[in-house]
Amino acid sequence: MRAFKFVGLVVLSGAAVLCVAADGSWLKRVPEAERKRMNPMAAQPDAIAAGGRVFEDHCAKCHGEDASGRGKRPSLRSERVQHATDGEIFWLLRNGNLPKGMPTWAALPEPMRWQIIAYIKSLGPNAPVASSAAADTKPN
Amino acid sequence: MPRKVLGFLLQVSCNKLALLLLLCSLSLHAQEPPYFVTYSDALEEPGNLEISYKGISAAPTNTNAFNSATLELEYGLKAWWTTEVYLSGQSTQNDSTVFTGFRWENRFRPLMRNYFINPVLYVEFEDINGADRSFLEVVNHDSIADLYPANAEARAETEQALELKLILSSNTHGWNISENFIAEKPLNYSNPWEFGYALGVSRPFTLKAGSKSCVFCRENFVSGLELYGGLGTTQSFGLNGTSSYLGPIIQFNVPKGPSIGFEPSFGLNGNSVGMLWRFKVSYEVDQIFSHFRRNSH
Repeated sequence: MRAFKFVGLVVLSGAAVLCVAADGSWLKRVPEAERKRMNPMAAQPDAIAAGGRVFEDHCAKCHGEDASGRGKRPSLRSERVQHATDGEIFWLLRNGNLPKGMPTWAALPEPMRWQIIAYIKSLGPNAPVASSAAADTKPN
Repeated sequence: MPRKVLGFLLQVSCNKLALLLLLCSLSLHAQEPPYFVTYSDALEEPGNLEISYKGISAAPTNTNAFNSATLELEYGLKAWWTTEVYLSGQSTQNDSTVFTGFRWENRFRPLMRNYFINPVLYVEFEDINGADRSFLEVVNHDSIADLYPANAEARAETEQALELKLILSSNTHGWNISENFIAEKPLNYSNPWEFGYALGVSRPFTLKAGSKSCVFCRENFVSGLELYGGLGTTQSFGLNGTSSYLGPIIQFNVPKGPSIGFEPSFGLNGNSVGMLWRFKVSYEVDQIFSHFRRNSH
């Protein structure tokens, strides 16, 4: 009986953790210090080209080759993403949004993550967005 | 007899699969570190299927040389949950080729954010026989003496076991450092809990991607080192009488192709096999079920 209670407690705790994690947008969870981080490779042509290659390898399978989203996976050309600071996107790449399906990319070396951000930002806020992904442009 | 046939088919199909994966050029590779035994906190991306072939060749002293083949199918169910099936077989020189069993594992990330040390919980059910040579983990007092019986005799000993691992992993400055603590409980007989460990460290040759695509450039190579071995049982916990291995690893991530890894594992004491030559090829199919959906339209 004690074992059942213990298992029940573990399950409830896990559910609580998941609920808390899924609550609200990821942007609200970014610490202020992280939010202010600047991309050391911002707007560098080489970094953008390299970031495009890394994006193609790791991100395009979910977000689409043109970053305009695929299925329920959000567009990265959306205003929300394009107006997010470099630090906010960097935080998302490191932590992911696991309850919503975004994995953590902490195993990718930090410079590669900055290269990806340089590429995403190079797409610009006014770039055309595929209609199928328009509904999913809000990050979680 | 059917298991023998299955084992032979597995060996043949695994060899063909390895060749196919080497030739194939349509896949992507994951961010997983290059380890053969050690697990890191990297899980399969949701919806992706990774197909791997892991081979071992060894020529232990006082017994026949063998080749072991393991086919691994790894699927990302959620960003925090990966499930995996292994099918293993082996072929022993002057003996036979046999199917040695299967494993079904699940890995969970209990914490939804990234920390300096990230825990992952691992639960596995395995149904293997005594002829297994996959060395996917080393526990208890596993030693070179386990390889002495002929396949026919070794296969008669079967084991269903529950295996648990606590995986701790850190990613810092391009380095991955992972520690696994293994606990295994045989289910079909009343043996005590058996323990083992695996430690790994790895780093890509370079931390930045180049602006132009290239094949044999530093960004496509990862090196590492892993140490693994047994830790006895609840009744005799410790390194005494166990086997341990140390192996440097090199992995080549073919651009838009498979990952190919190689590790010579050196036995560190008299209980260990002198050398295990490990080889693997991994091929990742992105969003496997979306291919079926597209085809259905």
